[in-house]
Amino acid sequence: MTPLAAEVNENLAQISNYLVYSSMAVYTLAFLAHIAEWTFGSRSKVARTAAALTTAPAAAAAPAVQVRSQGTTAVLDKPKVVTRSAPGTRDVPDGPGAAGGTAQGDLYGRIAVSLTVLGFLLQAGGVVARAASVQRAPWGNMYEFSITFSAVAAGTYLLLLALKKNVRWLGLILVTTVLLDLGVATTWLYTESDQLVPALHSYWLWIHVSTAIFCGAVFYIGAAGAVLYLLRDSYESKLASGGTPSRIAASVLERFPSAASLDKFSYRINAAVFPLWTFTIIAGAIWAGDAWGRYWGWDPKEVWSFVTWVAYAAYLHARATAGWKGRKAAYLALFAFACWIWNYYGVNILLNGKHSYAGV
Amino acid sequence: MSTTDKASAEAQHPPADEPSDLPGTDRADSDSAEAAAGAQLSTAPAEDGPGPVGIGVLGWARWMWRQLTSMRVALILLFLLSLGSIPGSLVPQNQVDELKVADWKRDHAFWVPVAEKLQLFDVYSSVWFSAIYLLLFVSLIGCIVPRTWQFVGQLTGRPPGAPRRLDRMPAYATWRTETAPEQVLAHAKALLGRGRFRTEPGKGSVAAEKGYLREAGNLVFHLSLIVMLVAFAWGQLFKSEGGKLVLRGSGFANTLTQYDDFKSGSFFSTDDLPPFSFTLDDFSASYEESGPQKGTARDFTAYVTFHKGADGAPQKREIQVNKPLEVDGAKVYLLGHGYAPVISVTDPSGKVVYKDAVPMLPFDGNLSSSGAVKVTDGYRNKDGVKEQLGFNALFVPTFAGAGQGTMLSQFPDLKFPVLALSAYHGSLGVDSGLPQNVYRLNTAKMQEFKDADGQLLKKRMLVGETMELPDGAGTVKFEGIERWATFSVTAQPGSGLALGGAVAAIGGLAASLFIQRRRIWVRAVPGPDGTTVVEMAGLGRSESARLPEELGQLAAALHEQAPTAPERPVTETVEGERG
Ligand code: HEM
Repeated sequence: MTPLAAEVNENLAQISNYLVYSSMAVYTLAFLAHIAEWTFGSRSKVARTAAALTTAPAAAAAPAVQVRSQGTTAVLDKPKVVTRSAPGTRDVPDGPGAAGGTAQGDLYGRIAVSLTVLGFLLQAGGVVARAASVQRAPWGNMYEFSITFSAVAAGTYLLLLALKKNVRWLGLILVTTVLLDLGVATTWLYTESDQLVPALHSYWLWIHVSTAIFCGAVFYIGAAGAVLYLLRDSYESKLASGGTPSRIAASVLERFPSAASLDKFSYRINAAVFPLWTFTIIAGAIWAGDAWGRYWGWDPKEVWSFVTWVAYAAYLHARATAGWKGRKAAYLALFAFACWIWNYYGVNILLNGKHSYAGV
Repeated sequence: MSTTDKASAEAQHPPADEPSDLPGTDRADSDSAEAAAGAQLSTAPAEDGPGPVGIGVLGWARWMWRQLTSMRVALILLFLLSLGSIPGSLVPQNQVDELKVADWKRDHAFWVPVAEKLQLFDVYSSVWFSAIYLLLFVSLIGCIVPRTWQFVGQLTGRPPGAPRRLDRMPAYATWRTETAPEQVLAHAKALLGRGRFRTEPGKGSVAAEKGYLREAGNLVFHLSLIVMLVAFAWGQLFKSEGGKLVLRGSGFANTLTQYDDFKSGSFFSTDDLPPFSFTLDDFSASYEESGPQKGTARDFTAYVTFHKGADGAPQKREIQVNKPLEVDGAKVYLLGHGYAPVISVTDPSGKVVYKDAVPMLPFDGNLSSSGAVKVTDGYRNKDGVKEQLGFNALFVPTFAGAGQGTMLSQFPDLKFPVLALSAYHGSLGVDSGLPQNVYRLNTAKMQEFKDADGQLLKKRMLVGETMELPDGAGTVKFEGIERWATFSVTAQPGSGLALGGAVAAIGGLAASLFIQRRRIWVRAVPGPDGTTVVEMAGLGRSESARLPEELGQLAAALHEQAPTAPERPVTETVEGERG
């Protein structure tokens, strides 16, 4: 009568585990390569930010204008666009990236990115094999959420790279967190591959849970941008006010993009996923309506999804409110992401509600 | 290509491409020029006005209203709303689980008075939580209405003319061409028009604007929030929710009296219950048979014969956990299930005075269940005196085996069902008028039946076995096992409206976040050397990242029609700091 006893394919489950472990090994190599990149990069003595901020503060206020000065013919293929930052923001160029413009650093950086691609492919294979082993969506327990979560984060980062966005600065941080996440997943959260409890038998599992994991992973990247923005912003304001940051801070932060770029990056990422997060919550409510007979029951998981949503809405409002832009908005973004993480780990493990079938 | 620092260059050489006849302006002046060019690029309320103006109550009221509908207060209220929701996830809520609330109160006696005062057990209907969201929605309405008007005004308005200093705009491009100014402008207007910009010719310039949908999306989003709130309020007032335990083979008709428990909103009337009935024909459950998750439920299905209306034709239906049965706005959900041992009792004369399937309440995942058998009528003891009988019952579908020292079930399915009974006689206390828990025996006015050792009479029984009551007081037989399932019947009017609101909210949000509202200006004037100086500038909201890119593409397209003029000697190139 029940087609469900779709047997667990032990072989595939085993293959999935091997793939996840191999991806961890590869990510570890990527981590080391990034470390090498940063180390070699520290030998460069460019110090552009300091120059921009200390030598000519007036430069920020002055518009730069393109004037005609080309040779003799109209070979100009395109007029050049000059941009000017909004009043009140520092006009600082982006740092050169982890490699600091050194050839050796750049080589290691490229190796790290290639290894990250390999690690991501292995990890994604692990997720797919897991799904195949049980013939269902691979999101039935926290182990499965976690391996998918970091796979999506790594995939998003690689996609941004492939789209030629300036995100290589994110590499080391991303690989580190992916490793941490996989470590936690394999040691504490590991659950044997198995079938689902009846409440999870629904196509909403595919829709709601996949978007939830996706949003979390992308919000993570936005939060990483916000943290770096805060660090880089303190560094810049210290320089601008004539202070001298510590050597290490200077060497590291100098190579990141400017605070303004990081801030924009973080905003764009967060704003882009917010509608999807809204959708996730609504899809969850519809599913709850089908499974439990009520759309919204203030179950802890529902409460924290709501808190996260409202916190991100507050963040978006902060961005549009004078006096709240910049650091205060970044703190709100971090608060919102902290709510997301808590909803994921804290609520699943510590508060039990209807959602706790997820299995630790 | 080299660049020049305009501000400093200006003082020495008035730049040739400066169309203005005025001397260079200072920064503050240009900021205000930029502000004028950016006027009405959004309908966001102005920041913080001055303090209360005018005198007396009206001035203050107006000031407070302006505060309440400002972005800053909306932001603070949103933040408060998120903080205010948190306690409800840490302290159990009456609305969710009253038993948990009772447990919590027992374990944290010290905090109870404080928690009660703060309405921590009813956070989401508490005064303070309601105050936050009501203020937020008042603020929202106060914000949305004027913004909508303003937006309508903007829709019929035209893009503002080019500011004097285009090079002060966030994105800027310029070049010289031999194409005549009028032609450049005509090309520019056509180009922008093709890009679905709204264009407005000015003196020596074209102004263009695009992305009005952003504002529309934003307004739709905020309006949808109001729609959703109204839908929820509506649902709360008219909702109904009832629970019913149905034995296999029995039926249920949707009238108030048939429910085991029933809750409804203030405006609900019993006429709102849609008429239908069903019989539970069968119930099946399957469980994981092996592995670490052995015993975990895999599938539940209730097979019912369903009649719609007062006397509809019978239809066979299945109800599963994620698949409720829908009838006229009500939904029948399968919530839980369990076992009901069938028990018969005879009196001293051997007459069967009781025979019934008695539902037992599961208390663990393997369906170890407890309950009570109550024989209220028809029993007379050996002396012919009317008495009531009561049995505490423990039922396990899969018994661990004798000598295992446990009466806890090992598996949820019926693999080795065992029923344990202990027997009492006397008064069940059911006539006292006090509500009684059907699953629990009140032994206050009952005496124990004693076994040979003078202990409470107990027996573990398999199906078909009988327990003899002492001194020929009768027998109790475990006849068989029935199943039951619990159903919840809910009606939540307004959920369609809420869903519509939600969909509109997502659409509006996407439009609001992904569409950029921006302005482009093109100016073409004769330069001092006889060629035409073309300037293009773009302005968007502060987040418009793609603006320079878009301006670049437009400039490239215009450049094709008005290519750069051959170079003549230049004098004023000054090396700028920006390299
Ligand atoms: C129920 C509470 C509210 C929620 C959940 C909410 C949510 C949001 C969200 C998510 C955005 C981002 C979309 C965007 O940037 O275009 C937004 C924008 C905006 N909200 Fe709200 N909002 C609420 C109440 C209000 C109130 C009370 C006001 C008026 C004071 C307001 C005014 C605005 C404005 C002007 C924007 C556009 C900001 C911009 O153009 O960047 N909102 N809101």
